[in-house]
Amino acid sequence: MVHFDHVTKRYGSLTVLDGLDLRIAPNEKVAIIGPSGSGKTTVLRALMTLDRIDDGVIWVDGEPLTHMRRGDGLVRADGKHLRRMRSKIGMVFQHFNLFPHMTALKNCMEALVRVLGLPVEEARQRAGELLAMVGLADKQDEYPARLSGGQQQRVAIARALALRPKIMLFDEVTSALDPELCAEVLGVIRELGRAHQLTMLMVTHQMGFAREFADRVCFFDSGRIAEQGPAREFFDAPRGERTQRFLRAVMDAG
Amino acid sequence: MNALSHPHWRLLVAALACFAAAFALASATGLARSVPELLRGIGVTATVMFGGSAVAIVVAPVAALCKLYGGSAIRWLAIGYIETFRGTSALVQLFWLFFVLPHFGITLEPLTVAIAALGLNIGAYGAEVVRGAVLAVPRGQWEAASALNMTQSQTLRRVVLPQAWVLMIPAWGNLLIELLKATSLVSLITLADLTFKAQQINQNTLQTVEVFSIVLLVYLGLSLLITLGMRQLERRASFGLARGPGT
Amino acid sequence: MSESFWDWAYVWQVLPELVDASVVTVKATVSGFALALIIGLAFAIARMIGPGWLRQTTIGIVEVIRSTPLLIQLFLLYYVMPEFGLTLDAMTAGVLALGLHYGAYCSEVYRAGLEGVPKGQWEAAVALNLPPWVTMKRIILPQAIPPAVPALGNYLVALFKETPLLSVIAVLELMQTAKLLGSESFRYIEPITLVGLFFLFFSLVAAALVRALERRLGRGSGRVAR
Ligand SMILES: Nc1ncnc2c1ncn2[C@@H]1O[C@H](COP(=O)(O)OP(=O)(O)OP(=O)(O)O)[C@@H](O)[C@H]1O
Ligand SMILES: [Mg+2]
Repeated sequence: MVHFDHVTKRYGSLTVLDGLDLRIAPNEKVAIIGPSGSGKTTVLRALMTLDRIDDGVIWVDGEPLTHMRRGDGLVRADGKHLRRMRSKIGMVFQHFNLFPHMTALKNCMEALVRVLGLPVEEARQRAGELLAMVGLADKQDEYPARLSGGQQQRVAIARALALRPKIMLFDEVTSALDPELCAEVLGVIRELGRAHQLTMLMVTHQMGFAREFADRVCFFDSGRIAEQGPAREFFDAPRGERTQRFLRAVMDAG
Repeated sequence: MNALSHPHWRLLVAALACFAAAFALASATGLARSVPELLRGIGVTATVMFGGSAVAIVVAPVAALCKLYGGSAIRWLAIGYIETFRGTSALVQLFWLFFVLPHFGITLEPLTVAIAALGLNIGAYGAEVVRGAVLAVPRGQWEAASALNMTQSQTLRRVVLPQAWVLMIPAWGNLLIELLKATSLVSLITLADLTFKAQQINQNTLQTVEVFSIVLLVYLGLSLLITLGMRQLERRASFGLARGPGT
Repeated sequence: MSESFWDWAYVWQVLPELVDASVVTVKATVSGFALALIIGLAFAIARMIGPGWLRQTTIGIVEVIRSTPLLIQLFLLYYVMPEFGLTLDAMTAGVLALGLHYGAYCSEVYRAGLEGVPKGQWEAAVALNLPPWVTMKRIILPQAIPPAVPALGNYLVALFKETPLLSVIAVLELMQTAKLLGSESFRYIEPITLVGLFFLFFSLVAAALVRALERRLGRGSGRVAR
């Protein structure tokens, strides 16, 4: 479903992703963990096409995402190609990034109307259903500023789902939240994974959740995958010394 | 809450007090006969004020967006406009349009010159205000819109500008007061605004202190009205928009 | 064709007079701004540590000055002072008006600087039993003024650009000279354009200097609209 083919990303002289190779199967749930600055967010941003990659190709659904076919070779994707490919992907951000001047419902309707061109009534209905699914049917006319962090993040999830992406990206979606609110958001994600055919890629510091929910865990270090494996195996018997140290530190912290 | 204790009401009361004091001063000093003249002057001042704001409010976002997102030729044009009008004063611009344009065979009504010069002047400052507000909208908003597959112009129109408007209202309040003050300059290109009338009445009556004090009070009252209007607008616009965590 | 639009011979003819006039413009700018710096500081301090009535009066005065046209203030000073037995020559009245007007603006800049000094500094000074005036002079101002410098610089540029206003009370600065030259020869285009270019050039240079100063002080946020 997703294939990072030797992807490199640099900021100036700093190499953030270093020839990354990563394949993700349809419907697979992959958790990305690793120390701060190891390039976890960068992976998601590259896949969402928020940042340009410097080298390599990302493939989505058998098609190049960052490039397009031209004759026999590949050239950098143009805006039209990016827009077509992006419609397969949704993203939820650490800091929600809701539109503060729109109600919860309007946040979810915006792209339905402006991007998909749905009639307003149909968009309203679809957005309402999604908000109900994340347990916010009664909050649909509130502005983000009047919602709790957990509620805002659930709106953000509903908003991303509205476009019916095949792949969902979650970047530390609970790390700006209190533990209690965290649980309600993770509950929504768990439900999503159960009820929908979705490929999910999530950066998280919630090791318990990663272990129970993910099919596979990738441990990032300095822009490379230092170790990966099926979730239970990975947590129960980490092989690398670096991985063991990281997991010990995280467990100690709480 | 007592309606009169709201700060906006206090502004209105203060503005009315200024006008009342001006009128009382005129009556008490035998200048009552000049009041109709002054009112006509206020009319011209208000016309220039409204015309100038209209020009500025249209020109500023256009120039700002050209500077931010235009191709290089358009961007340099916008920068040229903004820097030229910010780099010289309204008076110089007024005189230039008034005295120099006729050399090119373009003769405009003084009122047109006034509205164009002041509007373009404030518009140049306004362009920087708009640009600053657009840039102040958090990057996360652009990214969220991009993740929703919205185009750049959709993002700008639907997501960024609506938030930027709210951010720039206070700065526009200051600019409109600068505009009001600058309208006094149009008296120098023969327009019979409030300042012009003041000088005329001064020459006829020689009651210098009284005349200029009255006019000062009127300008103060008008400024307060502008502040009142902008506060009202701000309150309306920011409804439900108090910034929550991370938005 | 271009002959009739722009006459270089005429430019060379008027240039010396304009250069002389620019000296007057610079003088008015420098003395007006020096006055503004002093008046602004006085307003800001009165507003911060003065007794209640003084605070209120200062706030009122600053508000009135900032919301009414400089032109009216100029007329008031020039025509009204004689009634109190104080006849000012045009240049003095002009400098006074500029100083007062921009002093009101500068006082807001100082105030922001003063309020930026942490409260702990005042408390430490009280703990050392320093009198308020000494605290202000030796502890607070040295911390408050440096960060205010770029914003003050912006007002210097603004004041400079507004000196042409003095032409209305016949100060022979650049604008007045240009208009006189224009009315003598019926050619306004060259003198007025030259005046515009003069202001444009120096404003741009000054604005660049202020920006460089801001960068050196490591703060990009002290900008003001005007
Ligand atoms: N816009 C940028 N400009 C320069 N460097 C950047 C930029 N964005 C990220 N970086 C650098 O790239 C590296 C990887 O960043 P990334 O955000 O992917 O880390 P992360 O693994 O998500 O860390 P965290 O757990 O703290 O979120 C970091 O060293 C960061 O400093
Ligand atoms: Mg991150």
